[in-house]
Amino acid sequence: MKQPNSVPTSELMLRETASQTAGPYVHIGLALAAAGNPTRDEEIWNEMAKPGAEGELIEVVGTVIDGNGDLVRDAFLEAWQADANGVYQPEFDLKKPFNSFGRTATTFDHGSEWSLKTVKPGPVAHPNGQLMAPHINLAIFARGINIQLQTRLYFEDEAEANAACPVLSRIESPTRRQTLIAKREEADGKVRYRLDIRLQGEGETVFFDF
Amino acid sequence: MQDHNKRFVERDRNWHPPAYAPGYKTSVPRSPQQALASMQQATASELTGPDFRHLRMGPHDNDLLLNFREDPALAGAAGLPVGERIIMFGRVIDQFGKPVPHTLVEMWQANAGGRYRHKNDRYLAPLDPGFGGVGRTLTDEQGWYRFRTIKPGPYPWPNDPNSWRPSHIHVSVMGPSISTRLITQMYFEGDPLIPLCPIVHTIKDPAAVETMIGRLDMAHSRPMDCLAYRFDLVVRGELQTFFENQ
Repeated sequence: MKQPNSVPTSELMLRETASQTAGPYVHIGLALAAAGNPTRDEEIWNEMAKPGAEGELIEVVGTVIDGNGDLVRDAFLEAWQADANGVYQPEFDLKKPFNSFGRTATTFDHGSEWSLKTVKPGPVAHPNGQLMAPHINLAIFARGINIQLQTRLYFEDEAEANAACPVLSRIESPTRRQTLIAKREEADGKVRYRLDIRLQGEGETVFFDF
Repeated sequence: MQDHNKRFVERDRNWHPPAYAPGYKTSVPRSPQQALASMQQATASELTGPDFRHLRMGPHDNDLLLNFREDPALAGAAGLPVGERIIMFGRVIDQFGKPVPHTLVEMWQANAGGRYRHKNDRYLAPLDPGFGGVGRTLTDEQGWYRFRTIKPGPYPWPNDPNSWRPSHIHVSVMGPSISTRLITQMYFEGDPLIPLCPIVHTIKDPAAVETMIGRLDMAHSRPMDCLAYRFDLVVRGELQTFFENQ
């Protein structure tokens, strides 16, 4: 320990452990099935909502694309969202019909999409009292990504809420706000939202520092 | 319940590796060129995070010597993985030294020959039938975690014409919120490959590299059994705002 008042306050605080890339084999640790390995009894994966969960069951899908326009096939993603009532449910329990936390990965085949089965989240209050439009926080990890990239997925069919969202509207470039809006698709009576995450260059996704 | 008074110490992005670190070639097409959008005020979406106390884990989830053994009924050395037996342990604390209890710590690694059990790893070193290379556990009330494993081997990878990864274990920690989420790698004290590694070199400050070194801890080794490496993880410190912003 350092003697208080004799050193700058920054020296009284520890430094965070430095980040390193999750690497190409992140799946063996955090997404076992994607590595082609046997799974344990309980895994944290992409079925955040099961039938019976309150709210509208949806699927959220997308790709991850690099600066060359190529698919990133070894990305690993984590999702964090409120329930249909706009409440975060920190307690992760696979026996519950809905969990706020989920994981997914792009695949090495089939168009290399990540996907989440979830419910559409409700709006969450911003500390300034306004409501944030429904959104899902996403973190992207992969080989070549030295510290996770953090973004938000918003919903195309929430145009009014999106326009009023204090986080979305704080993004300086209106053009770039569009990189966070997932497009609605309907197939076989199921509602699906699609967001392609562009790591670099034209149409680059907005990533947050918080 | 949303605690608007809570926030975390700002993440120092000059301490962490930058997105664009051309010595690590894959970062070149995978690094954003635009500035990050700064949130001056984190919201409930950033200040909360998952609690995994109800995730059911297996009895050997933190014991890589046993958790991939073909037949759990085997006795003695039969079916154990090849390699140096080690204990990897430490504490998860925040930047103010406060323990982080009940948080999820996950790890994965290559086997003693430097080969991962992953369908895309085609390195010529063989898989070890007794070794999976994945572990997970929760920290205890004081923030302590421990794994039993073997020391992973170094391996070559395509970056420079002859790049080798130092022995390392990937470590993932959640901490109290998604703002504290961190994935890093533990290296082994004294490994001569550390200063040669392009991934280590993504970090500019040598003091930041030191935060990723597991230290040999003879006091916690077990005589005639295994060595121990101590690896503490520091996550962002939690702050309370005592005064209303008015």
